[in-house]
Parts: sequence; structure tokens; C-alpha cells
Amino acid sequence: MSSVELKIQRFDPERDAAPHWVNYTVPVEPMDRVLDVLTRAKELFDGSITFRRSCAHGVCGSDALMINGRNRLACKVRVEQLGKSISVAPLPGLPVIKDLVVDMDAFFGKYRSVLPFLVAEEPAGEGERHQTQEQRDRYDDTTKCILCAACTSSCPSFWAQPDYVGPAAIVNAHRFIFDSRDEAADDRLEILADEDGVWRCRTTFNCVDACPRGINITKAILEVSSAIGSRR
Amino acid sequence: MSGALRANASRTDIDAVVVGAGGAGLWAALELAREGIPTAVLTKLYPTRSHTGAAQGGVCAALGNVEEDHWEWHMFDTVKGGDYLTDQDAAEVLAREAIPAVIELERMGLPFNRTPDGKIDQRRFGGHTRNYGEGPVRRSCYAADRTGHMILQTLYQQCIKAGVKFYDEYHVVDLVFEGGEADKGGRCSGVVGYKISDGSLHVFRAKTVLLATGGYGRAWRVTSNAHSLTGDGMALAWRHGVPLMDMEFYQFHPTGIVGIGILLSEAARGEGGYLLNNEGKRFMESYAPKLMELAPRDMVSRAIYQEVRAGRGIDGKDYVYLDVRHLGRKVIEEKLPDITDFARVYQGVEPISEPVPIQPTAHYAMGGVPTNLNTEVIAGPDGSVVPGLFAAGEVACVSVHGANRLGTNSLVDLLVFGKRAGKRMAAICKSTQLPAARPGAETAVADEMAAMASRPEGVRPAEIRRDLAALMMDNVGVYRDEALLSAAVREIARLKGEYARVRVEDTGSVFNTDLLEARELGYLLDTAEATAVSALARKESRGAHSREDYPDRDDAKFLAHTMVWRGSDGAPAERIAYKPVTITIFEPKPRIY
Ligand SMILES: Cc1cc2nc3c(=O)[nH]c(=O)nc-3n(C[C@H](O)[C@H](O)[C@H](O)COP(=O)(O)OP(=O)(O)OC[C@H]3O[C@@H](n4cnc5c(N)ncnc54)[C@H](O)[C@@H]3O)c2cc1C
Repeated sequence: MSSVELKIQRFDPERDAAPHWVNYTVPVEPMDRVLDVLTRAKELFDGSITFRRSCAHGVCGSDALMINGRNRLACKVRVEQLGKSISVAPLPGLPVIKDLVVDMDAFFGKYRSVLPFLVAEEPAGEGERHQTQEQRDRYDDTTKCILCAACTSSCPSFWAQPDYVGPAAIVNAHRFIFDSRDEAADDRLEILADEDGVWRCRTTFNCVDACPRGINITKAILEVSSAIGSRR
Repeated sequence: MSGALRANASRTDIDAVVVGAGGAGLWAALELAREGIPTAVLTKLYPTRSHTGAAQGGVCAALGNVEEDHWEWHMFDTVKGGDYLTDQDAAEVLAREAIPAVIELERMGLPFNRTPDGKIDQRRFGGHTRNYGEGPVRRSCYAADRTGHMILQTLYQQCIKAGVKFYDEYHVVDLVFEGGEADKGGRCSGVVGYKISDGSLHVFRAKTVLLATGGYGRAWRVTSNAHSLTGDGMALAWRHGVPLMDMEFYQFHPTGIVGIGILLSEAARGEGGYLLNNEGKRFMESYAPKLMELAPRDMVSRAIYQEVRAGRGIDGKDYVYLDVRHLGRKVIEEKLPDITDFARVYQGVEPISEPVPIQPTAHYAMGGVPTNLNTEVIAGPDGSVVPGLFAAGEVACVSVHGANRLGTNSLVDLLVFGKRAGKRMAAICKSTQLPAARPGAETAVADEMAAMASRPEGVRPAEIRRDLAALMMDNVGVYRDEALLSAAVREIARLKGEYARVRVEDTGSVFNTDLLEARELGYLLDTAEATAVSALARKESRGAHSREDYPDRDDAKFLAHTMVWRGSDGAPAERIAYKPVTITIFEPKPRIY
């Protein structure tokens, strides 16, 4: 077993006045991911090291963290991709609860604000609605979102203006705006035309880089803004 | 009281409590909201983090959108797949109600893949056949290989729309009973929740409580299950006198990533993927000539073990290959994108040009908290109901999966029985009064948790967890026998002894995951014990329970569900009873594919 230098930004609100870095030398296996290393540090050195985790294979979105300066899922980054030293901090721009755990309530509040659900008249009869594969492909990319917040918390516009609804919420609005079955596109576009809506996007592409699901977020945001434009 | 818990629990009275926000809990909550029942959903994870989101392959319903299909065929496959331990009245409900449930999901907005004429597309999946076993049928409805993700998202979206009240990151640490425990005629009257962000306790008094907490795959070392799947609901019910049913039937999915167990969905084989041994041979020919790679999971997992034992594992090791290369880049990238991504990220293997090393991985609990068809928890073989307590989803055992679940039938189970749970709970909420309050309902659990966080010395939870997971893998895995299982029962008792001295290092009250993981380890020990004890008692082989010392199915003695009760005061479980299987149409036959 070789080892890595793991640097964790730690903060315990019951003890610490401010966050600080703590270093650990952690043994690693060749295929280890950052999540494995965090878990091993917790087991070997200090049970109070705190982070969220669940599925451990990139589909639940619990363990989005800032790893070597970039927002990533800890369970999807292999240690060998990072070299000998790894730094792990909580997602930037969100209030820290403890160590690597951030408060997600405001993030989910923004998600809820864009009407993230199908709004449509109940179809007649008992059957399914029809949709062509092309109509479905129109919004396929944005159905992949796992609400991990890696994108929103990587966005300079969000850091500058925390009221900005943020990329994740726009992605989830996009998923419905471009669904042929949905009837509330206008309402969502209205919400996103607000001063804290899509216009705050400065197309820095940080979100695209951060997204662990490979969603082309900037493209989705641009499609939403041009839909707003064409409705004016 | 130690710093890990805050004094003074809050108290809330409400009609319904739903514990868990995976597919089962969310659909139940939605149904309750539709009926106007005041409901609290408590979940230790944000709802969208639930493991339902990991389901890849699909959800079966005999829609007949792409070829002829009938719910009776689906029912038959479910019964046969379950090696005739499936209760046939339950399988009928599952197969019939799958159809409106899937259609309702579409109407809620789920983005299914579509046929050329715009209908929900369907594909093949293991064990699902046409005309009572003639050959594979296209029954699985899917959204790429993200079906579970889309189900979870869609149901959560609808819950938001319906204004469901969520208590996110509340860990339910105990159930409250009134008038005695479940085995003494008591009624479930609520839950105790622990708010993770600040260590406060919250007692909810309720007319009805639903357990929808999912499975316990983390009892095994190699597993497809999330870290959070620790059998909480099963263990909590067990501690209050509810028996656990059919726990010996635990499914190993054939295609897990070697070493870490992350799942490569059966969809890979549904689309036409092969399993190859070190001679490059499609070895399923020798085990299930008709269905080949699409034989039920227990058979395929055993076949892999047999190949490995015969020295035909890759490089003589304990794995074989999943090969999708012949499907071509387009199919692989369009129909199996997540799976492809997993192989690339976690194994560094490129499925378009290389075969993928796989081995069986602990995946799914057929057993669990016993219920009737309306999801009411039952207290014993006579089917008497535990008032106030319900269970649905993987935590429950209805039993629709019998001795072995077919692929896609768990998602069906969540939809059909999640919905039934909501409906039944709503009816009961309308016709009953709140149970009497139980002062000090939280005291026992608060003391247990405080003790863990205030021991000056003791065993680290991680050590016990590691030993347990290795033990379950070696002794309570795909193949079992008397010696392995009795050793497992002894060893689990020893680990439980250690656990009594477990020590948590984090003594704070804010987001104390150290404490919660230790608590979860206790649940794992209980579910592991129930599994090993039930497996030892079942002296036959059926479905996922394969005894090398009793290789045949024994319908004369064991065509029955195992019910096991927890021992009192920490003593090992001993009390076992058997509940007859409900057979309505299909007489048990040998299971050949
Ligand atoms: C990788 C993978 C792929 C799969 N693919 C398929 C498939 O293609 N088709 C299929 O039919 N099945 C599939 N399955 C099985 C299926 O996904 C699961 O059985 C099913 O999703 C379980 O759903 P659930 O609602 O019972 O629980 P889960 O979705 O596991 O949710 C459990 C919930 O309970 C909560 N919880 C647990 N304990 C507590 C507690 N103490 N306090 C508060 N909350 C708690 C959690 O927060 C969570 O919200 C797959 C499983 C895996 C692991």
C-alpha cells in the first residue's frame, strides 16, 4: 500500500472559531477514490471527520466536494488522477455546518422555486401520453441532474450574488420547459426572467466543468434565455 | 446526557409518518397527500439521495407496447422466478397493478424511452418470458439506464407539487409502541427522530407509521448497495417484537464490479451482452440453455461460482467477463451510458473495446418485515395485524419475490405497494383516533446513544463493521452449508458482544456521523443475525438460498415462509415459525430455464 497526503478543511461549530486545515497521511489502494480515502482517514485517525456519502458510485449526489480546487464527487475521482497530495474542502459559497458538510436548504429552495414538476392537463382516458423519441431527446440531457450542487457552488455569479437562482435550478426548469407534455413553460420562463434568474449567467463554463453527470449546463441556460427572449 | 444529544425532545402529533423517501415512501406520501392526510416524511438522506435512484435497468409491466404480453405471464414469471415461495395472490396484485402504475408514472412526467410510434418502449430482462416460459419477452419499461433515477425524481417532483412535508436528514432511531410490543398485541404509535444537523430528538405521535427504509446490503463486503442501506426499518421493527420473514433469501446480482461491487445492470445482458469464462465460452449454455445470460440472477450467480471453482475464472481468479463489444458503440453509448461510465471510472476498462471483469455482488433483500397485501405489518403466521405499523418497498416482505426476485420487479414492488400503503394508511387515519401519548418514549434510545458517545474506551465501530461484512461474504453468501452457517451465527453473537462496548469518538451534537454509523452497525448486526439464523434452519436449496449439504428443493418440508423473532435481552434469536405459501394458480414445478 502506498500513501497520500490528505488535507481536509475542518470546522466544528461547537469548538472552532473558524475553519482550518488538518493533514493526514493515509494509506491507499490503486483503485481508491477520494471517498475511500476520506472514509479510511475517519476510521483510522479521527471518527469525527464529517462528510456526507451514500451510493458511492456517482448517482446520489451526496458527496460533492471541492477536491484539489475543483468541485467533484468524491466517489468519482480516483486518487491516482490526483497525485500524492489531495486537498478536500466543502463546496464553496454554501454555509458550512461541520467539516465538509454544507447547508443545502437554500439550494433546494431554489430548485423548488422553478416549478420542478410536470404541469399538464390530465389526458383523457386511462392511457399513457405519447411523445416521440425526438421530443424526448430534446430535454434528455437535463433529466440527468442529481442535485449535487457542484455546478451552482462553482459559479462566480452565485458567489457574487447568493440570491442568483443558479445553474442547477435552471437545469431543472429546462427539463420541463422543453418537455412536449408540459404546459407551464411560460410560468417558469417568467420566474427565470427575474433579475436573479438566467441573466446572471456569465458563461464561464465552470458549471459544465463541475457537473459529474456531463450535462451541458451552459447550453441549457442559453436555451432558456433565448426562449425568454423569443417570448418578449 | 452526553453532548451528542440535546436534552428536551420536541413532540409532534400527526396522522401519518412515512420513514424513508425512496420510491416506496414517496409514492405512499403522495397518496396520503392526495387524500388530505397530515403526513410527515422523515428521511436520513435528502429524498433524491435514496438508493432507488441507483436502479438502472427498468420496471416491468405487461403493457404489450412492442409485442404481445399479459399480466398473467408476468405473474407466472414472478412465481417461478421466486422458486414457488412467492405468494401468488401477491404476485397477481403486482403483475396486474404494475400496468396502471407505470402508466401513472408516465402521466406524472417520467421521461420513458419511446417506441417509433411514441409509446413507452420496452426491453428484455432476466426471467421475464412470453407464454409461461417460452422465451424472453420485452416487458421492461425504461429511461436509458437511469430508470430508478427518473422514478425517484418524478415522485419527488410530484410530492413537491402536492406540498408533502419533508423532514430531511432526520434519522429515525426508534419506533414507539403503546400497550405492549408487537408480539404482545401492542400498537405502533409513532417514531423517535434524531435531527442530524443539531442532535435534537423529535417524537412523532401518529395513527399510522410506514417503514420504507430499503435494504441492508451493507452487511456484505462486496455490495451494490449504498452506505446508507443498513436495515434500519427491519431492525427497529424486530426490536419491538415484529418477526422478520424469509431473511435467508438474499440476492447476489451476477454482475458487480470486481472487488467493490458497484452494479453493472442486467440491462447489459438485456441488450444482448455475453458472459464469458477464461476459455471465451458463453458458459450459461451449460446452465440455462434456453434463457442463457437472461436466466434468473440466483442461477447466473451460481454459474459464475461454479466456473470459478472449476478453474475457469479469468486468469484462474474469482471473476468472469461481461462482454458487450459486439453490440457496437452506438447501442453501448445510447442504451447503456451509465454502465459504460462505471466501467471506465471504477475499473479503467473500455467496454466498447474490452470485456469487463465482473463477479456477484450482494444486492437485494427478498425478505424483510412481513406484511399483508395492504402493507399492514403482521405479527405471525396467522396473519394478525400489528396496528399502526406498515411496511413497503425493499424493507418489506409481502411476499412477491419469494426465494429470488426477478430484475425490474423491485421497482414494480415500490410503485404498487407504496401506493397501496398510502391508500390503506389514509383509510385508517380517517377512521381512528391518535393513540395515547407515551411519556418518555425517547428515553431508552437516548440513553443507548448517549452511552456510545460517552464511553472512555471501547471498540471502534469500523472494526466490527469490517469483520461482519467479511463474515457475511464468506459464510452467508451464494453457497452455504451447516458448518459455515453455524459458525456465522456464533461469530455474529460474538460481534454483538463487542458491539455492546462500542465507542464513538465524536461527542458533538452537530452532524455526528460517527454516532449514526455506530447506530447503523447495530441494525446491520440484527439483520445479519436474522439472515444467518433463518438460513441455518432452512435445510433445502431454493432460489437464492443454496445449501451444498441440502442441494434440492424440499417442498414437503419447506414450501413455507420463515419467520424469526429476536431473542430477548441480547440472547441469540431462537424462535422460528413457518407461514404457509399462498398458492392460487401455479402448482410448484421444478425450475428449469
Ligand atoms: C445498483 C442497483 C440497481 C438496481 N436496479 C434495479 C432495477 O433496474 N429494477 C428494479 O426493479 N430494481 C432495481 N434495484 C433494486 C431497487 O432499486 C431497490 O430495491 C429499491 O429502489 C428500494 O427502494 P425503497 O423505496 O424500498 O428504498 P430506498 O430507495 O433504498 O430508500 C430508503 C429510504 O429510507 C431512508 N431511511 C433509511 N433508514 C432510515 C432511518 N433510520 N431514518 C430515516 N430514514 C431512513 C433513506 O433516507 C431513504 O430515503 C437496484 C438496486 C441497486 C442497488
